[in-house]
Amino acid sequence: MPALTGLRTLTLALLGAAWFAASPTPAAQRIIIGTQLEPPVLDPTANPAAAISEVLYGNVYQGLVRFAADGSVRPMLALSWEVSADGLTYLFHLKSGVRFHDGSAFDAASARFSLQRIVAAGSTNPQRSRLRAIRSVDAVDALTLRVSLSRRSAGMLQGLAFGSAVMVSPQSAASNAVRPIGTGPFRFLRWRRGDSVTLERNPDYQGKPAVLDQVTFKFITDPTAAFAALMAGDVDAFSNYPAPESFAQFAADRRFKVLNGTTEMETVLGFNERSPPLSNVLVRRAISYALDRRAIIDGAMFGYGTPIGSHFPPRNPAYIDLTGVYPHDAAKARALLAQAGYPRGFALTLKLPPPSYARRSGEIVAAQLAQVGIRVRIENLEWAQWLDQVYTRHDFDMSIVGHAEPLDYDIYARDDYYFGYSNAEFKALIAALDDSTDPNERTNLLHRIQRKLAADAVNGFLF
Amino acid sequence: MDVWNAHLHGIDFDNVLGVVEVSGAYLDDDAAVTHGAESAAAPVIRPALVKAAGIGVCMVSLAMLLLAARRFGGAYLAGRLAMLLATLLAATAFVFVIVQVVPGDPVRYMLGLQADPGTVAVLRHQLGLDAAPLQRYLSWLGGLLRGDFGVSYTYRIPIRTLLAERLQVSLPLAVYALLLSTALAFPLALYAAARRGRPGDTVASGVMQLGLAVPNFWLGMLLVLFFAIDLRWVSAGGFPGWQAGFWGAMKALTLPAVALAMPQAAILARVLRGSLIDTLHEDYIRTARAKGAGEWRVLTRHALPNALIPVLTILGMQFSFLLAGAVIIENVFFLPGLGRLVFQAIAQRDLIVVQSVVVVLVFAVVTVSFLVELGYALINPQLRAARGA
Amino acid sequence: MSDSSRNTGLALGAAITAVFVGMAALAQFWTPFDPRALSIIDKLQPPGAHHWFGTDQLGRDVLSLIMLGAQTSVGVALLSVIIGVFLGVPIGLIAAARRGAADELLMRGNDLIFAFPALLLAILITAVFGPGAVNAIIAIGIFNIPVFARVTRAGALQQWTRDYTLAARVAGKGWVRISCEHILPNLVALLVVQGTIQFSLGVIAEAGLSYVGLSAQPPTPSWGRMLNEAQTLTALAPYLALFPGIAVALFVLGLNLLGEGLRRRSGSPA
Repeated sequence: MPALTGLRTLTLALLGAAWFAASPTPAAQRIIIGTQLEPPVLDPTANPAAAISEVLYGNVYQGLVRFAADGSVRPMLALSWEVSADGLTYLFHLKSGVRFHDGSAFDAASARFSLQRIVAAGSTNPQRSRLRAIRSVDAVDALTLRVSLSRRSAGMLQGLAFGSAVMVSPQSAASNAVRPIGTGPFRFLRWRRGDSVTLERNPDYQGKPAVLDQVTFKFITDPTAAFAALMAGDVDAFSNYPAPESFAQFAADRRFKVLNGTTEMETVLGFNERSPPLSNVLVRRAISYALDRRAIIDGAMFGYGTPIGSHFPPRNPAYIDLTGVYPHDAAKARALLAQAGYPRGFALTLKLPPPSYARRSGEIVAAQLAQVGIRVRIENLEWAQWLDQVYTRHDFDMSIVGHAEPLDYDIYARDDYYFGYSNAEFKALIAALDDSTDPNERTNLLHRIQRKLAADAVNGFLF
Repeated sequence: MDVWNAHLHGIDFDNVLGVVEVSGAYLDDDAAVTHGAESAAAPVIRPALVKAAGIGVCMVSLAMLLLAARRFGGAYLAGRLAMLLATLLAATAFVFVIVQVVPGDPVRYMLGLQADPGTVAVLRHQLGLDAAPLQRYLSWLGGLLRGDFGVSYTYRIPIRTLLAERLQVSLPLAVYALLLSTALAFPLALYAAARRGRPGDTVASGVMQLGLAVPNFWLGMLLVLFFAIDLRWVSAGGFPGWQAGFWGAMKALTLPAVALAMPQAAILARVLRGSLIDTLHEDYIRTARAKGAGEWRVLTRHALPNALIPVLTILGMQFSFLLAGAVIIENVFFLPGLGRLVFQAIAQRDLIVVQSVVVVLVFAVVTVSFLVELGYALINPQLRAARGA
Repeated sequence: MSDSSRNTGLALGAAITAVFVGMAALAQFWTPFDPRALSIIDKLQPPGAHHWFGTDQLGRDVLSLIMLGAQTSVGVALLSVIIGVFLGVPIGLIAAARRGAADELLMRGNDLIFAFPALLLAILITAVFGPGAVNAIIAIGIFNIPVFARVTRAGALQQWTRDYTLAARVAGKGWVRISCEHILPNLVALLVVQGTIQFSLGVIAEAGLSYVGLSAQPPTPSWGRMLNEAQTLTALAPYLALFPGIAVALFVLGLNLLGEGLRRRSGSPA
């Protein structure tokens, strides 16, 4: 009897402790984060939309490796890796005890499944081209993964750090588009289409658990609505805030914190160089001279932006400032146009996607080109139309779009990319870069890549 | 460029991939903002509510039909019903044809940019997009009859679910705006009619003119500017969901409903004022006056009931105006209703969703105007004779 | 309302309408500033002696933009009314003259268009055929067809009961000639009134469509798009959200007053 009483007291005490421990937590921690674009699906391995990773990467999905803030590659689900002397074999040592949200274990078999899916024939994975050097993937044991390459590839490891190379479970990979299953500290709760995606804390996370109970990502494209939602406290944070005109107002307001982070984004005036007059490098140079980047940044971004002279982000250590190659010079632009055989100018269409930076820059660019005799007809497109007309069917003369992906200079080596730049010398530079592991040589190659793009005025590089 | 609440810490915006990492994020103890919990169970309950409302509407309609059948005989009613169905059929055909012209391939949009042609073909087949247009139309129509709108191309869920979700916003908004517009219009019209020809009437009529002239989306902008950004009384837009409680949801719908209701209230007030003044010339009003009834009593007891008939017609028409007008207002206040669904679906080439929303709205308009006509005929049998002529 | 206030309304409406139409015409030849010239240094200047209505986010003069926007507004609304008149009036005349099956068919076609919430169909049309002023005109014009058809039919039915049509018929004139020579002239007043009302609805509809980006595309200025662009700048420059909205509301008010005054004067029913 006493023993029983003692047990009961202990139980009560434990229950009480549990109850007490639970009660002082202030209101459950729930936040709402605004973002501009809704993901079309929730599977980053099948669709290139940046909005998928923006919401899910690091929260729901994790990769073998990840990028550090300086762009170097750090361990994530792979604790460490060894590279063979010839650079053709990578041995990854995986973290133990990791489970997917569907309960299945993460091990070398599921890692092998994830990587093979990316490089398989018919794969639509956006990182497939960067990981093309992968010849085979084997599970050496439960926690060791061997990746064999057909050639040396410096970009392979970086490719694994992208949002499209995350680890997925063989059990649930097919339904990730609507019900994402990863290994991260948050798991998917629900998707209110057209409105929000909500994640909740993963109680079984093997690492340091998240503090927040729930995170809701709310999709607000309109700059005004974004402003209003922040002001009204409807959202606690806004990522990629679309209204730079009110940024200063938030910076001055003590209720808010702001970050004008240097980004990986290069906003370019893309030329379709498949047909004249834009296939003529003189014309492209003329347009580059006609652009007044400072006025574009002041007008469209309210001063928030750094002018660029090539396709390379200023935050990268290998960046060189090439904005001086084509200073704003309308007379020079007209002279070049005359030299190219267009003394009286010509007409071009400018097809603009929805983000406010593109629409606003477009109007200014049109006015600046009018100064040198180029008549611009603006067409505002929805994303789907833009993807169809500009990106897929190449039915455009010019477009303005921000390229947000890091290390994306290799798009200039793809013939089928929307601007259609095809240059053997440039392709050789990219191939040499992928083959090279020496830091100095790589920096040198990156400089040559930037100079080549600027010299050919492949696009009008804005900010 | 990122902005966040000062009480939120540890959120990582500054990374190479441009993603938002929240694994280390937390709110400090002074954080005042608390958001309602998102419950996964909520959407399951909601369609039941919509269903209940639908059943209610059906019951009322059925009662009216039975009444009409008894009054006017089956032949008249069958004729009207056949006309209703023919209109609906023509409308579905019209929408289908228009939407087929939309450029852009939904499958390509769904699969992304580097999609394999084989995969594209398989998905086209799965969605039935490779069938002949007539066959596609018929199968869509067959589905509609069973209440099955098909599956959204982009979201891959039944459109019925999407519509039910969005109707939870659009329907209450339209009803709210309808009530508001009635509540605004009646006092204004009664006041104007009581003061007819005097300065009070001129002022009231001026207000109505102004209400007609102000575009509702501009009014919405001004309301946001004043009540949400300056005074911070209500949130500037968005919808917390019904799980945030009835009042929370109603609060979010108030400004949009006001913006929607204003122009409709002006129309309603003008019609009611005109109708009231017309009735005041009738003989029985003179009789009532001769018996010593006061001006206000004459207006409310004698003139108003008779002046209501044209008002009912207008109210019936307004419901459809409100549902459609919400398309723009929902974009001003970023409410996740049918209007936003339409714009999103157009942007994503989700044709079948566009088709469905338009058909649902057309169905609502046709049915409501049919019921109003029926009600009108029940009150006023001469009309039936006139229409039949 | 007293006769004097009616006349005041008519005069006021006519004056406001004249100001806006005149402004649209004037903008063809002269605006205070070149509305297409961007001047980033002069951006977001509040209203003042130099720029009466201030400048927008690209340094353009708002008054000049509103004057040019009036062109878009008048153009779209006018052309959509013309579509309605040219297609709707014949339909109404035929329906009234032939009655029977033709009448039923035409009027059912009208009912079909009425079954679509106007704005939704306009959005559908511009979304399918691409945004632009021409498609906005078509989208708004389609809705004017049944309106004019109904008004014409109702008016014409009334005229057919008059003695003079009987006389014309006895004289051996066919229904087409009677419709054109006798009935139509008697409907002009009615159609002018309806035209004014549809014109004002067209102005509002154009503003709504251009607000959601489905009407005239930049750089053609339009009031609705100016309002859309002003939304993000409300905190910095509230006047940007004010003037284009006032322009729409004032123009519509003027047209409504004009239409109502004309209707009272011609004695046609409400």
